[in-house]
Amino acid sequence: MQLTLWTYEGPPHVGAMRIAAAMRGVHLVLHAPQGDTYADLLFTMIERNDRRPPVTYTTFQARDLGGDTANLVKAAISDAYERFSPQALLVGESCTAELIQDQPGALARGMGIPVPVVPLELPSYSKKENWGAAETLYQLTRALLADRIPAPGTPRPARRAERPSANILGPTKLGFRCRDDVVEITRLLGQLGIDVNAVIPLGASPEDIKRIPDADFNIDLYPEISRVTSSWLQRTFGIPHTTVIPMGVRATREFVAEVAKLAGVDASAVLAREHPGEASLDSSQSRLPWYSRSVDSTYLTGKRVFIFADATHAVAAARIARDEMGFTVVGLGTYSREFARDVREAAASHGLTALITDDYLEVEKAIAEAAPELVLGTQMERHISKRLGIACAVISTPIHVQDAPARYSPVYGFEGANVIFDTWVHPLVMGLEEHLLQMFREDFEFHDNAVASHLPNMAKVANVAAAAPSAAASVEAMVAPAENAVVAAALPPAQAITAAVSANESITTTAPAPTNTVSTPVWTPDGERELQKIPFFVRGKARRNTERFAKEQGVAAITVETLYDAKAHFGR
Amino acid sequence: MSDLSAVARSVEVPLRKALPVLKERGQREVFCGLTGIVWLHRKMQDAFFLVVGSRTCAHLMQSAAGVMIFAEPRFGTAILTDRDLAGLADAGDELDRICVTLLERRPDITTLFLVGSCPSEVIKLDLDKAAERLNTRLLPKVRVLSYSGSGIESTFTQGEDNALKAMIPLLPHSEEKQLLVVGCVADIVEDQFRRCFDQLGIGPVSFFPARRAADLPSVGPNTVLLLAQPFNGETVRALIARGATALSAPYPLGADATTAWLAAAAAQWNVDAALFDTVTRPLVERANKGLAKYRTQLVGKKLFLMPDSQLEIPLARFLHNEMGMELIEVGTPYLDRQMVAAELALLPESTLISEGQHVEKQLDRVRAAKPDITVCGLGLANPLEAEGFTTKWSIELVFTPIQGYDQAADLAEIFARPLDRRARLKL
Ligand code: SF4
Repeated sequence: MQLTLWTYEGPPHVGAMRIAAAMRGVHLVLHAPQGDTYADLLFTMIERNDRRPPVTYTTFQARDLGGDTANLVKAAISDAYERFSPQALLVGESCTAELIQDQPGALARGMGIPVPVVPLELPSYSKKENWGAAETLYQLTRALLADRIPAPGTPRPARRAERPSANILGPTKLGFRCRDDVVEITRLLGQLGIDVNAVIPLGASPEDIKRIPDADFNIDLYPEISRVTSSWLQRTFGIPHTTVIPMGVRATREFVAEVAKLAGVDASAVLAREHPGEASLDSSQSRLPWYSRSVDSTYLTGKRVFIFADATHAVAAARIARDEMGFTVVGLGTYSREFARDVREAAASHGLTALITDDYLEVEKAIAEAAPELVLGTQMERHISKRLGIACAVISTPIHVQDAPARYSPVYGFEGANVIFDTWVHPLVMGLEEHLLQMFREDFEFHDNAVASHLPNMAKVANVAAAAPSAAASVEAMVAPAENAVVAAALPPAQAITAAVSANESITTTAPAPTNTVSTPVWTPDGERELQKIPFFVRGKARRNTERFAKEQGVAAITVETLYDAKAHFGR
Repeated sequence: MSDLSAVARSVEVPLRKALPVLKERGQREVFCGLTGIVWLHRKMQDAFFLVVGSRTCAHLMQSAAGVMIFAEPRFGTAILTDRDLAGLADAGDELDRICVTLLERRPDITTLFLVGSCPSEVIKLDLDKAAERLNTRLLPKVRVLSYSGSGIESTFTQGEDNALKAMIPLLPHSEEKQLLVVGCVADIVEDQFRRCFDQLGIGPVSFFPARRAADLPSVGPNTVLLLAQPFNGETVRALIARGATALSAPYPLGADATTAWLAAAAAQWNVDAALFDTVTRPLVERANKGLAKYRTQLVGKKLFLMPDSQLEIPLARFLHNEMGMELIEVGTPYLDRQMVAAELALLPESTLISEGQHVEKQLDRVRAAKPDITVCGLGLANPLEAEGFTTKWSIELVFTPIQGYDQAADLAEIFARPLDRRARLKL
């Protein structure tokens, strides 16, 4: 047994639903009790889907057990087939049905349904959501391509089409920005003269899956979902697939080069518009390189960032953070155990040990210990950060309603890099604002609770959340961005223009470290007075560093001298 | 005296003979009983709810609880793994280990509920026994109780019924004449009702559940039960078995029903009619003032209630009788006639009540009837909106204070808002 408060991933059948819900002409019959229908709301509420996921649940009850659950399954299957007339039928079961072993897949196969019936084995007690999605996509693809599999050793047929084409594999419902990433990548491929043969599974029908072998290569866009399938397509059909994830400017350039090679096209025209190392607005199709080099961004230098996400987004984000934003990565981890190796390698390149866990409390502890200035994470980390008073941007599933925005906001490709720049910098204090703060810090109107002018009052968010009087608040929050609950910053407007400080830092000065109960050295009055002279937006860090230094040095009382010794020790 | 007992009597009408009930079987689009934890843990702030189940159960809980506002909530899931199923790990030992670690982290917890799920029931994990075993170790600091919230045994709000029922053996015995209000209500509602009972001279009054799980009300032959929620049938029957008497009244949704509800208690305490009138009249007037605005928006509108929270019948009664809405279909996950007798008596003869669900067929009926507003679960709301129907998701009704005079208008507003929104948007 494993104690879980919040989970990063749902059970594997929710992964199967993400595939089915992404497609047209596919229906999933799930042998599951009534409560499991909750999963529908993930799609209809979080992602605001305008149709129900194409799922029929058997919703068996205790009184059915030992009796006719098998007949219930059959009835559900034939009803679903008649009502929805799918072109392919997926049949699976959730945790409870797995225990009663009705074998719904086998039952379905014996029913003479005139369309492909794909039984799914989704072991609920050992696997999770992404695995379930990957497995479902793989089983469905295998089933639909069964009669096109060439004999082993058959060479790939020569290309017929004039223009090369690719399949985009992996975008699903309830993924991270899949809808927009597909548009962005399609646009990029268009620039290279490459057609998109099929996008699988998002928006695809079973017929589209059958057309997979018509493409020259596959784009393995979301490896957590698509790697199993793209590897199988490579092994079985000899269709090569990409390995670079086009997230960030540098990775997108590499992706362009990789894709060009696979397609046998010339990427020089596209890459000619990319001038690595050049500092100007037109050095890239993305504005990130210039924005990052512009002087305002100096203030981003060395910002400590903690990253926890699915493996794909975590690894890519760490690279962007370091190479394109000038941050310092102080923590890197993932809940995707299947891809732990990639994350371990990436972490090593940042001089870190990767945090591989799906235990939310462990992540919270690691974040508290690393004391970052920015957290890049999931919906979970958004809440950890809120509690700890640290700035946060969401970069990966699991997501919430505010992470499925109405506007175009890819994170892949050149436009994706722009989106990333904006979303990561937004929660931080802007350079110019930080500069003004320095200038005005003696002004009595500045105080530790002032926040950046473009941000709601973070301290209030924490209070509102902690004091949420009834569960009503939590439900409201489920369908409305939690930020809506926040009372707008209470500063008078004139003050708000100049009164700006990074919310994260203003709060870390006061937030108690929740997990650290080791005795802390004592501040002498002199030391404390000196500390107060340090600008408040870095005071928290100064206090932390000094205390850490004192502890390491075995100093019990922190004096003015200890403070400056520590400053010398940690100096950037 | 006279008109008060008339009010009380008017709700004691015997069961209706003929009331069309459409019984359906098929896919049920309803949460399971685990969901009750979401409001129970907010109410009883010294209690922790540990679901013994699967990753699905944990995922359901966090999806139903919405965004994770509470960094460390007072509920969690002990997720069964392959090792537990293969018998490699002794489930009892594992559970003990988890409970002890959990309670070490949370010294503020006085009551721990072990909540059974479909998987724990199918593998016949005996949580009663586990609770007993843990009690020998943890009492008197922490008491461990167990109940089932499984989807094969219970729907949505039945989880509360099962949780409360599990507490009944612990309730001390009392011979005193007292009022016990049964069913979870928001603290603010509890306080309003308390003030009312005080003014009427009704007391002592206890609420079940109380704000602290450790504050257990007493029960005995002179305990009078007034029911605040329609879904606690098993709890009520168990309290009756302990000697209590249940009053028959509609549930306090709406102004008239709140009056009838209070009157049922007042009659037991022989409250003077003039006093009753003095206490309730200003409250009724205020409630009616609030309701008037929404009545004009709701009157004549066609209402379709899909089965979900088990509040559907009292809601239908309120929206029809006090707001003038037209009832197309009133779905309920299950029909506990004993619990809703007074409500059924107040519904129009022709009301179509459906019990159970075949979601596809029911949606077909929604499409055919073209209601002005459809009350449904979260999974169905947006798809129906996309088809052009105005909806109200019912889960809000169990998380929002809606009982009593001062919430009557809030309750009406919940239904008026989606209509208002639809009217405003020129899209
Ligand atoms: S229906 Fe059963 S398996 Fe599903 S969440 Fe509820 S208790 Fe868990």
